[in-house]
Amino acid sequence: MPGVNMIVCCKQVPDPEAPPSAFKVDTAANKMVTTPDVKPVISPYDENALEAALRIKEKEGGKITVLSLGDKLIRDVIKKSLAVGGDELVLLEDEAFVGGDSWSTAYALAMAIKKIGEYDIIFCGRQSSDWDAGQVGLGIAEILGIPSITVGRKIEVTNGKAKIEQVIAGGYQTVEVTLPTLITITSELGDLRYAALKGIMAAAKKQPTIWKPSDIGLEPSQVGIPGRHSKLVQLFQPVKEVKCEIIEGESLAEAGENLAVRLREAKLL
Amino acid sequence: MVEYKGILICGELADGKLASITTELLGCGRKLANDLKEDLSCLLASDVVGEASKEAIAFGADKVYTAEDSSLKQYQPDCYMQVLEQLIKESSPRVILIGQTFMGRDLASRLAFRLESGVVTDCLDLSIDPETKLLLQTRPVYGGNAQATFTCEIPPQVVTVRAKAMSPIERDDSKKGEVIPIKVEIDMSKVRTKIIETVQEEVTGIKLEDAPVIVCGGRGMGSPEPFNTILKELADMLHGAVGASRPPADNGWVPEALHIGLTGKIVAPDIYIAVAVSGASQHMSGCSGSKNMIAINKDPEANIFKQANFGVVGRYEDILPAFIKKLKDLLAG
Repeated sequence: MPGVNMIVCCKQVPDPEAPPSAFKVDTAANKMVTTPDVKPVISPYDENALEAALRIKEKEGGKITVLSLGDKLIRDVIKKSLAVGGDELVLLEDEAFVGGDSWSTAYALAMAIKKIGEYDIIFCGRQSSDWDAGQVGLGIAEILGIPSITVGRKIEVTNGKAKIEQVIAGGYQTVEVTLPTLITITSELGDLRYAALKGIMAAAKKQPTIWKPSDIGLEPSQVGIPGRHSKLVQLFQPVKEVKCEIIEGESLAEAGENLAVRLREAKLL
Repeated sequence: MVEYKGILICGELADGKLASITTELLGCGRKLANDLKEDLSCLLASDVVGEASKEAIAFGADKVYTAEDSSLKQYQPDCYMQVLEQLIKESSPRVILIGQTFMGRDLASRLAFRLESGVVTDCLDLSIDPETKLLLQTRPVYGGNAQATFTCEIPPQVVTVRAKAMSPIERDDSKKGEVIPIKVEIDMSKVRTKIIETVQEEVTGIKLEDAPVIVCGGRGMGSPEPFNTILKELADMLHGAVGASRPPADNGWVPEALHIGLTGKIVAPDIYIAVAVSGASQHMSGCSGSKNMIAINKDPEANIFKQANFGVVGRYEDILPAFIKKLKDLLAG
């Protein structure tokens, strides 16, 4: 097949840009609850990963399959991936998938990728914006036995190889790998493009493929809570009480001067 | 059946010395090892390890494994994994501690999935459950909007620890320990990635992580220019450094090296001056260890005021010039 065959893993999460006051832990259920105004979105780093795939498709041609896992996924949210240029959408959708950890999630995604079959590059965001663990991408690559490269910000594909610029402490490095490979993407790559109206119309007509655990050969013991390797003991919100002293003045310039005086008084500067 | 015992730290070197994150891991690992009444060991891998092995003992290690090979000079996952897999097979540690650094983020999950055990990344707090001897691992989740404590029953438990979350113990050069060189035979046919080029985008002046004062600009700065003028002027005056929240780094206003936050630098200066920073949880994750925080923001409802000790509400363009001028006079007087 000509072009580059790509799979992008996208997770639906509560909008991480929502104000901190919108996130409340239900301690009895050990669960995060967000206020009703918080909209679900595709995790931002996964959007960056999708953008990475779209740029390669633009240049080299190919196909993008978007893969997501969860229960009762909101079609308008996840179909954004098709509206911007994704070709196919596969959803691992079942209530059995709920409550999993990086292990059970990576395992299910890897099994789905095996079922999809052919691929050159699997893209994931560097970490999801809810659990922030940054494990699933690396986990999928280990389970599939393929190389993986983390925190990529620029990808070039030529002759069956990929060159990846990855962000390291204080700079970057360029790494070369033979395909197939898995690459995790960071925000420096750039934002996901907007969907054109034509794309939105086309996406509305496309139906996702839906797989249950048994469709990808998983036993109930391997998914969701039973499939976890780590146990969530407690979810909590530490109370941090800082009283902010607001410095004022007749004008903002005077407030600035008063701040300088106050910080000197407090012997901070 | 293998018995898993002891704590193994996967150390890092910086300019031939122990990286600060490694001394922090040794401090926390020492405490865990004492609680378990087990050994603390530390792996140091590079082309040459040298004196750093003695340093690791002085900072708390009972045993230091050294792995020296030209292929280990820079972190490359397929080389490091071979060394670690071999060492873990021979020493069966209960817990493996790694820094939440570029290397740790990349290495820890690979290792845990390869070993089919469990991993918890970016931990702020670690302790041993006295009854089960399981490691209680606490880390921020939801961009810092909550924290979660995890355990894992499948050894060895792999953990990464956030920079500056733990304290080193006092260096004691008289402390005795054992240095054990590992026979390294890297099978290069199993190394699937090739590093073509490494570029350090050096930022001049004082390093962010070491600066006692940080002046941080946010999305509200509006353009690259003020980072090089007014923020730099203030930082220079206070012998500090300029930093940024994520939007200025993503927009290319400043190099990524200045980015402070969950996925950027973790800092804990004496004074943190946040200018036009809204205070998103993801950013606060990178600077909440600051001893004193001062915020200037035009939005009185901005989250930053919930964490700052002092604040001024208004446009920074109106406040900062007068603040700098007055401060200059006061410091001169």
